[in-house]
Amino acid sequence: MSVRVALHSRSFLERGLLLLVILIFLEGTVLTLGAASSPDISAQDNTGGHDHLDDHRGIAGSHVHPNYTKKAFPVLSLDYHHIQVPFEISLWVLLASLMKLGFHLIPQLSSIVPESCLLIVVGLLVGGLIKLAGEEVPPVLDSNLFFLCLLPPIILDAGYFLPIRPFMENIGTILMFAVVGTLWNAFFVGGLLYAVCQIEGTYLSQVELLPCLLFGSIISAVDPVAVLAVFEEIHINELLHILVFGESLLNDAVTVVLYHLFEEYSGAGEVTPMDVVLGVICFLIVSLGGIAVGAIYGILAAFTSRFTSHTRVIEPLFVFVYSYMAYLSAEMFHLSGIMALIACGAVMRPYVEANISHKSHTTVKYFLKMWSSVSETLIFIFLGVATVAGPHAWNWTFVSVTVILCLVSRVIGVVGLTFIINKFRIVKLTTKDQFIVAYGGLRGAIAFSLGYLLDKNLFPMRTMFLTAIITEIFFTVFVQGMTIKPLVDLLAVKKKQEAKRSINEEIHTQFLDHLLTGIEDICGHYGHHHWKDKLNRFNKKYIKKCLIAGERYKEPQLIAFYHKMEFKQAIELVESGGGVKLPSAVPSQVSMQNIQPKKLPPPVAERALPQFTKGREEEIRKILRSNLQKTRQRLRSYNRHTLVADPFEDGWNDFILKKQRLIELEKKVRLMSNYLTVPGATPDSPTMCRARLASDPNAFYNIKASSDGVPTIQVDLASPQSPDSVNMLNEFSKRGATGQGLGQREGADRDEDQGLMMKPAGKGEKGEEEGGNKNPGLMRCLSDPGPSNEDEEDEPFLP
Amino acid sequence: MGTLQSLSDEPEYRELAEKTGFSFEQIGILHKRFKQLSHNENTLRRADLDTIPDLACNPIRTQIIEAFFDKRNFHQNGDGTVEEISFEEFLVVMSHFRPPALNMTEEQREKVRREKLRFLFNMHNTDNDGTITLEEYRHVVEELLSRSGALGKETAKGIADAAMLEVASISMGHMEPDEFYEGITFEHFLKILKDIEIETRMNIRFLNMDTTTLCNRDSSSIR
Repeated sequence: MSVRVALHSRSFLERGLLLLVILIFLEGTVLTLGAASSPDISAQDNTGGHDHLDDHRGIAGSHVHPNYTKKAFPVLSLDYHHIQVPFEISLWVLLASLMKLGFHLIPQLSSIVPESCLLIVVGLLVGGLIKLAGEEVPPVLDSNLFFLCLLPPIILDAGYFLPIRPFMENIGTILMFAVVGTLWNAFFVGGLLYAVCQIEGTYLSQVELLPCLLFGSIISAVDPVAVLAVFEEIHINELLHILVFGESLLNDAVTVVLYHLFEEYSGAGEVTPMDVVLGVICFLIVSLGGIAVGAIYGILAAFTSRFTSHTRVIEPLFVFVYSYMAYLSAEMFHLSGIMALIACGAVMRPYVEANISHKSHTTVKYFLKMWSSVSETLIFIFLGVATVAGPHAWNWTFVSVTVILCLVSRVIGVVGLTFIINKFRIVKLTTKDQFIVAYGGLRGAIAFSLGYLLDKNLFPMRTMFLTAIITEIFFTVFVQGMTIKPLVDLLAVKKKQEAKRSINEEIHTQFLDHLLTGIEDICGHYGHHHWKDKLNRFNKKYIKKCLIAGERYKEPQLIAFYHKMEFKQAIELVESGGGVKLPSAVPSQVSMQNIQPKKLPPPVAERALPQFTKGREEEIRKILRSNLQKTRQRLRSYNRHTLVADPFEDGWNDFILKKQRLIELEKKVRLMSNYLTVPGATPDSPTMCRARLASDPNAFYNIKASSDGVPTIQVDLASPQSPDSVNMLNEFSKRGATGQGLGQREGADRDEDQGLMMKPAGKGEKGEEEGGNKNPGLMRCLSDPGPSNEDEEDEPFLP
Repeated sequence: MGTLQSLSDEPEYRELAEKTGFSFEQIGILHKRFKQLSHNENTLRRADLDTIPDLACNPIRTQIIEAFFDKRNFHQNGDGTVEEISFEEFLVVMSHFRPPALNMTEEQREKVRREKLRFLFNMHNTDNDGTITLEEYRHVVEELLSRSGALGKETAKGIADAAMLEVASISMGHMEPDEFYEGITFEHFLKILKDIEIETRMNIRFLNMDTTTLCNRDSSSIR
């Protein structure tokens, strides 16, 4: 208890210190940035720099300047201009990251206020400080910077980890919301705004119809960045999340087309029906073209990853570069870059994941999460800074009407569309769902950047538009963002299910798929199960062969899922110190012997039944330990496809050793938790170990032998030709064993392993007290504190 | 496709609609298909279903075909299998894949869920002893992986074992080491699959469309 109090006070002190550091840093940052943007100082630095440069040259060469007056040799000089741009960028990134750190140190704050709000406030502060310092606020949310650097990482992260199955199942609904909903919003807001502007007394009559419609189209698009930022924290159920998020991604095409259409013709002042038709065609080209571009790059990336088995270190690079190029290529043709990026990520993922090593996969995941996180933070901070930067033209009528109209149109749009959509859906959207979808339509930085892009000359009311956009963004992010969490709780909306996907569910999902396809075939109806099945088969037959290296393309989905699950559980078990704290949701006390049929080969069964005294155990232990090495060697020859258990004797050795360790640890562990390690009859996969671990230790004495059907886990970390599997093993072994239950191999020759073999073995004293004595090295290697959405990885390769 | 009037004239259709909950139009379409499959006879045989080309690549086609001839699915508390089925029995089996109606109470939804899961359970529980034993479950997984050749067999065992253990863990909680878990009973089956939302997934869309469009026209077709 006292330890905890001490820890608390320490962490409090730490927090205070960190905040202080952040504040000081902020000041320094602000002043530097402010100073840097001022032209005078930079000019001074410039000339100063040049002087030094000349001095150097003068000394090195034999020239002597005619007016050269000898000064003292400059021992230390300041040349800010030389590194100005990278330095500023780094400072901003550092500021963003420190802010992110800071917020999570204050849990009370981050639970009430969503991160995006806090970041905007920080941006406001920074902008304010810069202004106070008298410097000009740098135009940070420059559209080029935003669209080319800040937005792609977020979208790629979203696209790569997009849960394909729910997305495809709801694609009709999502498209309806994205296309029809956005169109409705744009015209409703634009039209009514124009009507309001025409009213006398608002001094807005110079605002024409087309600029109003343009404004409507800018402000009506739901923003993926804001939606992601807010929805990630409320953990809403998958359906709603994918609906709102999918809509925010797919409405980009509509926004692009509308924006260009109205921008083009604002000059002309009118839009003919011909233009509308062209607009529709343009929309189709923009969206389908974007997807096509993305898919092409995705396939290229997948194909490239097939050959990377010898250069594993640059594998992640291919993922990033191909995706970015897809985005840029789409932007080049004014196609929808966001859709290209999503298509690229979604297309390449199943094949790339099958090809790249486990480490590369982790790298890709972490880099994407890191970049998208930093980008998101920066975007919000910049929003705050840009708000302070102005210029603003506040018009009460315009702004308030905008805010109200946006809300109203969103609600009407969602309700109306749901009414139509529910006729075609099996799972209808309830009122609660509709409310969340409507309320979750947040606007964000994309709207601002689009507004920023407007030409000042063509649109004299640009500043007023920008002010209105910013107000709308603030309103949605602050008001809606802050209140959505309590509302979700209040309305008791279904939350994301934390339970892991069980193997039973996976089996039955597959079974259902085949069953429904079969029934459809019997009916003679070519429903979407039929087409999905056809696509899967086509994929398996032709595409996978081309794009997946080695033999892995033959691996069926269920087996892949099983391997993944086993591996995950093995890692968890190892991480948790071998069973002291089980991640299992189910405190099960059932072990393998309970489900094995009783009809076992008699000699095997008989061996197990006698009760052992401690002395006898020691004997057996000694005898069997001598066989241990031999056993190990035998096991190593299994390849990854062999999930057959060892012959009974081998398991017996490990079983005895485990028991020895158990007895030692039992005393310590018993205090900690209800879960105790109990060895089974044979080494099993972590699934079974997990169940077994919870069993009563007394059960040991009445162990029944298990049949031959108990598998051992052989997990391959990478395809057989990769050296990574060996490396990982070496890392494991170097850092020593972890925990009971599953541990490391300590044998001498582990180098020719084909995969990571989890065997209950190794040393054992780890992981006892408090689950705390875990090997930090291994923890670092294995622990995964990072991004929340682990579930995407559980998705099978192809739906 | 005949008009609604001519179909509703046939009293048998009315009876079938009452029994299975399909609309007249749906029954008409399915009857056509039935006739097509059975070559205009009144009964359908296994061989007829075998001839469907698309079904050939389905890994669990034997189970699917068996399900049509399984008396347990005829809602008549029968047992065992038959060699040929009539249109009525065909419809009854098909009715398991009807989506739940729009406004259903919680109990009705539960009932639908149980019915669908009972269908699945019967498909697995081939010897009709009330439980899915380990062997039967292994068989299921093997069939699912039957397209993967040799490696499937080995892995199938492992997967089935792991799955079985999971069911046991979830359903039984604590078990003494000498207790033996006989197999998955229907209640346990319900429990482990309760997250799958079967009533929304085990549906054929084709039938769904017709129900909704006919909702307004003929209220007598809705149960």
